[in-house]
Amino acid sequence: MIPLQPPRRLVDVEVDGESVRVPEGSTILDACTAAGKDVPTLCYGDTLTPKNACRVCVVEVEGSRTLAPACSRKVEPGMTVGTDTERARHSRKVVLELLGSSVDLSTTPRAAEWIEEYGAEPGRFGADAATVEQPAKVDNELYVRDYAKCILCYKCVDACGDQWQNTFAIGVAGRGFDATISTEFDAPLTDSACVYCGNCVEVCPTGALSFKTEFDMRAAGTWDESRQTETTTICSYCGVGCNLTLHVQDNKIVKVTSPHDNPVTHGNLCVKGRFGFGYV
Amino acid sequence: MSYDRLTHPLVRENGVLRRATWEEALDRAAEGFRRNVAEHGPDSFAMLSCARSTNEMNYVGQKFARVVMGTNNVDSCNRTCHAPSVAGLSAVFGSGGGTSSYQEVEDTDVIVMWGSAARNAHPIFFQHVLKGIHNGARMFAVDPRRTGTAQWADLWLGLNVGTDIPLAHAVAREIIHAGLHNEAFIERATTGFEEFRESVEPWTLGVAEQVTGVPADAIRELAHAYARADRAQLCWTLGITEHHNATDNVRALINLSLLTGHVGRYGSGLSPLRGQNNVQGGGDMGAIPNRLPGFQDILDPGIRTAFEQAWGAPIQPRYGYNLTQMLEAMGEGHVTTCYLIGENPVQSEADSLACVKRLSMLDHLVVQDIFLTKTAQMADVVLPASAAWCEADGTFTNSERRVQRVRKALDPPGEARDDIEILCELARRLGHDWHYDGAEQVWDELRSVSPVHRGMTYPRLDEHQGIQWPCFTEDTLEPPYLHARLWETDPVKRGEPAPFALLRHSPPVDLLDEEYPLRLTTGRRLDSYNTGVQSSGFASPLRRGETIELCPEDAERLGVVAGEEVRISSRRGSVIAPVYIDPALRPGLVFMTFHFPDEVDTNALTIEATCPIAGTAEFKAAAVRVEKLVKVG
Repeated sequence: MIPLQPPRRLVDVEVDGESVRVPEGSTILDACTAAGKDVPTLCYGDTLTPKNACRVCVVEVEGSRTLAPACSRKVEPGMTVGTDTERARHSRKVVLELLGSSVDLSTTPRAAEWIEEYGAEPGRFGADAATVEQPAKVDNELYVRDYAKCILCYKCVDACGDQWQNTFAIGVAGRGFDATISTEFDAPLTDSACVYCGNCVEVCPTGALSFKTEFDMRAAGTWDESRQTETTTICSYCGVGCNLTLHVQDNKIVKVTSPHDNPVTHGNLCVKGRFGFGYV
Repeated sequence: MSYDRLTHPLVRENGVLRRATWEEALDRAAEGFRRNVAEHGPDSFAMLSCARSTNEMNYVGQKFARVVMGTNNVDSCNRTCHAPSVAGLSAVFGSGGGTSSYQEVEDTDVIVMWGSAARNAHPIFFQHVLKGIHNGARMFAVDPRRTGTAQWADLWLGLNVGTDIPLAHAVAREIIHAGLHNEAFIERATTGFEEFRESVEPWTLGVAEQVTGVPADAIRELAHAYARADRAQLCWTLGITEHHNATDNVRALINLSLLTGHVGRYGSGLSPLRGQNNVQGGGDMGAIPNRLPGFQDILDPGIRTAFEQAWGAPIQPRYGYNLTQMLEAMGEGHVTTCYLIGENPVQSEADSLACVKRLSMLDHLVVQDIFLTKTAQMADVVLPASAAWCEADGTFTNSERRVQRVRKALDPPGEARDDIEILCELARRLGHDWHYDGAEQVWDELRSVSPVHRGMTYPRLDEHQGIQWPCFTEDTLEPPYLHARLWETDPVKRGEPAPFALLRHSPPVDLLDEEYPLRLTTGRRLDSYNTGVQSSGFASPLRRGETIELCPEDAERLGVVAGEEVRISSRRGSVIAPVYIDPALRPGLVFMTFHFPDEVDTNALTIEATCPIAGTAEFKAAAVRVEKLVKVG
């Protein structure tokens, strides 16, 4: 009696010479994952519609004039994909160089590893290369917006907007290199529509958005992920039953996330679940 | 203010609480229980179990009351919010849980949010509603206030406080007169339709418009949309249940689902949204005066026998006191000792002054909590507990009946101990050698006595990210919705039909008159929670403290402006709070929360008129007067 999704045909594709079978409608990234290939991603979010903004996941598809973003391009029967071709590697290298030269990637997970893997040299544009360097916006006690680390992937805008939170507190302001993520009229968060759910922080891939606790601990040099544990439990406020993953360092909660594959939250929380842990 | 965690036990000596060792505190606690039961019998003991703690703690707690103390006087704060939902649903369907799952609200065609400010009070549930809306569902908001929920609605029905039954009856009458009721379903799966049809007959759209304040066209549109939908979800929260006739309100909504067949199918159902993390679970575990674990009726001798064998102790063949009756019995001297686990009735109960008086009449009060709350400050013994959700292992059950694992991430502060450990220590001192090796052992004992939880092992709960009850065996999963049996063509499989309820409109007890002309309703804000004990611990930029919210028209009439302090008085008490202007209110309706009881004791105003069936107080409707303060000198 529960309506089932219509059955999905399986599609055969070739990834780096290896054949993989994935359900129709899967992305190339899904096929790569199924084939055990580690394709880098930044703007891709497992709970969001692909935005194709960062281009770090591009792969070579046989017969295609341009490189294809693996995170959004759907597989087709007989597709031949190269994840590690000269052209794909070169493109990723340049993307990483452009991002690395203009944005502070110091808190982006795996960025340093990729830069080394692809032989990227972000410094090659010289010392006077344009950057998005700016002071972090600290205008409330819950989370910080450090746009010097922002790669404009739009994930926070989508999470705040109609894909999840439907609060629409932030959007993209400006054009070209001057584009930024901004509240209306660049007002402080406290004068914006923000409801402090932190669902933008949850999806931020670079640490541009972070818990104030994390930001302060990093500034003080006490943030140490190797000493942190992650435990998933249930929120203690209302009866909806949101799953919280508590990041604990020295018996203190330093950050709260939620599992993205959870049927209750899909990775989203409200202000109480995400930030209301001060009492323990 | 923010609270400090309790880190060591306290006992009262010469009228003041002083630090004590665990040994001393536990001995004193146990001794007081023993003394009172010896003098006045087992029913002089009452327990309030914590709707915020784990299922496992609630199971051991109710077992403590029933086996160690020998009474069914065990209840939880579920009484102050959702007991009417449980009472209403179980009277109709034999089971007190919401019938649907969150996913279904995304896949339905019409969503009715009745008395539910879910956008602010249950934000993540509301994300499922928003998915439904984006998928094309129409949403109707029924609420006296134009809440955040109403802002997303196709239609907002702003009814007068306490006129839910007239509105539901008018919807029902319109559905019947338009011939949109589901005759096949009514005939097969329900009883009492003819009487019901007659009972709603007087509620024409015109009469209902006069009583409820909702335009007739809007009532008609809701009726037609709900009845015509292939699938429809009816969700409610405290706007329905915090009334003196709350169980009737719930039954009025259930009637609509029976009339249209919007129950027992995927996408069609009834969802009461629970206000606290484990209100559902506390009741499921038997921490209520009329049910044993697994929501099994105490009056059923077969069920009692099974538990008596499992627990090796007799169980009283009668219902115990519910919270409201407990408080009354304290006033009358029948209940003389009380064990409060994680409850703060002094600040959460309606008519808080009366509650203080009653608690102070107890011979022996033991409070187990994580904070020294106002209630704990009155105790003879205070036992510091761990915070269930992050300092203990166990499970919670959410509003869609999903049992999910709670895991220990932190060590409790100071000498604070796990709730179950404390209960076992007390049981041992009272002659029952209890010991559990962790929460899983408690859970497995519960599974052995509760058929609806039987298949939920901890490993399975991990594997499925929680399982919804019922789950009868370890290798099956049931559908995410309840009562599919009602649609069976075979009468044997269909089982007990669902009865329509015959209900009468009963306006709020606290009448409006010239002296108290304004209707005060209460609720919750996005960033705060209940009596504010937990939520005061983080610096929310949204928090603005307690205010009295008035519509611009009323503010102008009273000659007050935003931020100005005014006196708010009811027939029971009076408080002072600053004015906040909210255009979402209608003239004559004012709003307050109860998040900041230390600044403004809103519950000094509310009325303790309670639902006779479920015992829930009418927090949603008090009559008040708002006065400008006059400067002296």
